[in-house]
Amino acid sequence: MFALANPRRFLNLAQWLEPLSWAAAAVFLVLGLYLSLFIAPPDYQQGETVRIMFIHVPAAWMSMMVYGFMAVASFLGLIYRHVLADLAAKAAAPIGAAFTFLALVTGSLWGRPMWGTYWVWDARLTSVLILFFLYLGYMALWQAIEDPVKAARAAAILCLVGVINLPIIKFSVDWWNTLHQPASVVKMGGPSIHPAMLWPLLAMALAYMLLFAALEMQRIRAELLERRLANLTGISH
Amino acid sequence: MNEFLAMGGYAVFVWPAYGASVIVLVALVIASRRRLKRLEQALAQAEGRASMEDEA
Repeated sequence: MFALANPRRFLNLAQWLEPLSWAAAAVFLVLGLYLSLFIAPPDYQQGETVRIMFIHVPAAWMSMMVYGFMAVASFLGLIYRHVLADLAAKAAAPIGAAFTFLALVTGSLWGRPMWGTYWVWDARLTSVLILFFLYLGYMALWQAIEDPVKAARAAAILCLVGVINLPIIKFSVDWWNTLHQPASVVKMGGPSIHPAMLWPLLAMALAYMLLFAALEMQRIRAELLERRLANLTGISH
Repeated sequence: MNEFLAMGGYAVFVWPAYGASVIVLVALVIASRRRLKRLEQALAQAEGRASMEDEA
């Protein structure tokens, strides 16, 4: 972790790890989509709508994982003043926002046929909507503050305050009455869903994680270039 | 094939969910890549200018 704080070392690593992540993401996306659409059986209660699960649940997992990643990066950026940590958090935000948006949209499209409504203001859905707004607020804060050092600090503090929302999302289905079902994969005693549905789900989840890894490395490289460009044009003016 | 596309009568929910996922993720990949390429170009230009100013 700390060895990567050096941008040069990061770039050396990204040079081979990034193409590898793109390739692996592509392989698992194809495999995951194939399993999800063609191999997984329709659910005996939900019919074919259960196929939405294979893209909804991984997107929802990623919405929280990316936020957790940003929180760790923000913390390291605040404490150790590592530029790369700040930039890693900044680079991840649009990816997290995209996954959160997809969790909301696919969940809504699943809710309509299964619950009879696209949306309810219950604890799970509302807390995930708040997560989406946290991502947008975080990105807006970076845009709003011109000095990158101040922007990084303000954004990091916002991100860390927002961490409180993660356990609320996770346990919302246990703490409050909700239409949303409780966890069936990540829980004590192992997953309670059938392997025929678990495998496509895990393949898609892995594909999304690899996609995040590849995109994140690419976006950090862009952030590093932008910072170098700012330094360069700042001096030459 | 038609049966597959019909998704047991749930086509209007299943396919938009998959479609939205593909569109959002592909758009994110394209936008990220474009930004990287734009910055690479801008940096190459700026570095070219900087080295010319050094010579002058």
